[in-house]
Amino acid sequence: MELTRKDILGLSDFSVDEINLVLDTAESFREISTRTIKKVPTLRGITVINLFYEASTRTHTSFEIAAKRLSADAINISTSTSSVTKGETLADTAKTLEAMSPDIIVIRHACAGAPHILARLLGQSIINAGDGSHEHPTQALLDMLTIRQKKGTIEGLKVVLVGDIMNSRVARSNMYGLTRMGARVTVCGPAMLIPRGVEGMGVTVETNMQKALQDADVVMMLRMQFERQQGAVFPSVREYARLFCLTVPMLKEAKEDAIVMHPGPINRGIEIAPEVADGFRSVILDQVTNGVAVRMALLYLLAGGRQ
Amino acid sequence: MVTENSKRIVMDAERIDRSIARIAYEILEDNKGADDLVIIAVRSGGIMLSRRIRKKIADIEGVVIPMGILDITLYRDDVIMTDKKPKMGETDIPFCLNDKKIILVDDVIFTGRTIRAAMDALIDFGRPRVIRLAVLVDRGHREIPIRPDYVGEKLPSSLWENVNVILSESGGDDEVVIL
Repeated sequence: MELTRKDILGLSDFSVDEINLVLDTAESFREISTRTIKKVPTLRGITVINLFYEASTRTHTSFEIAAKRLSADAINISTSTSSVTKGETLADTAKTLEAMSPDIIVIRHACAGAPHILARLLGQSIINAGDGSHEHPTQALLDMLTIRQKKGTIEGLKVVLVGDIMNSRVARSNMYGLTRMGARVTVCGPAMLIPRGVEGMGVTVETNMQKALQDADVVMMLRMQFERQQGAVFPSVREYARLFCLTVPMLKEAKEDAIVMHPGPINRGIEIAPEVADGFRSVILDQVTNGVAVRMALLYLLAGGRQ
Repeated sequence: MVTENSKRIVMDAERIDRSIARIAYEILEDNKGADDLVIIAVRSGGIMLSRRIRKKIADIEGVVIPMGILDITLYRDDVIMTDKKPKMGETDIPFCLNDKKIILVDDVIFTGRTIRAAMDALIDFGRPRVIRLAVLVDRGHREIPIRPDYVGEKLPSSLWENVNVILSESGGDDEVVIL
């Protein structure tokens, strides 16, 4: 089994074998981050450009660390300090970057489909680090790696995604990946924030959180995407928190050994109570550690050999 | 031409066992005992052989020396040149290598490139006092200047032959075959 695709744009067309290949490779990469010298020479001479059109701390840092631990050169372009502020289009920026011969371009953009445009325009490998409300494949892969580590498998588990399903690219990529891997996925949130017809993705919809959490093995809380919501989607943040915040009593509805996940950044007290976020069932920091391993795996699997 | 009929058994279980015993004695003689010795197996060919050598040393000296496993995939010199990425395995070295005397173990030495990669990897883990190389079979055709310290058997082979070392947990069905 090998990864034959040029780009990582989303999980909608990822096969079970491809997901397993990425997760297995990432598993082997975890060890490198525990060494005294956290660097291997594998990607010497490979240039990775991180092109971020949206604010990001963990994803951006995670990609940069992943590239550096593999000895690739990582160049970071954030739009606030680049020619984008002078009105350059995405296509022109892309062509300019291509002329400097990078090997892999990691892009985050507020518009869904931006990475796909780059992938068509350029010969380089493109990795989607989040495009609007569409997909965030590397996040879903690191989530699946974390679930597999904690639970031994993904197949057959009940995974509940709670929050802003409508605007969450993390939710979308996870729905694709988790259902493909055989998990039973339930999505939960205010009706206004659940896209119509989402059942077509093979998930169950439940607007009552107590009911949704019954028998859950994994509870994945999503961040309120205030920046993407149009108009009033629920009466007040306080009411949302009362109904959908993962508190200690609420977590009791799930299985005794259920794990709690959150892609970050956390809105403490809105979607998750601090005691739960910092509690022993929380694997939020494992997700961050696994993020580096997954991104190392993807850079490794994509780089080279295509001259 | 390689056909099913061209399979030759070049070492049987008894001969393999005697080779491993001799290697264990040589290691202990050179080192004047088992102090500071550690075994690092090159994944995956070196793992079973390392266990055997370690067991022999334990039988002779009464000391079980530490053993680690090294995956060299990320240190290969051809990894970026190919589309087909070799499957990675885990590296597991649960002890510090500083000032240790490392016996690096692989089943077959051929071009020497694997051992080059393994030594680069080891240096990233610390500063061992010495690194010595033990192999069961030296089949020749070195492409870089690397030479094993402990050799079970020298088996001149042709470039297009495959030398397979088959070691079982029990030791009963061991053999070295040329295909």
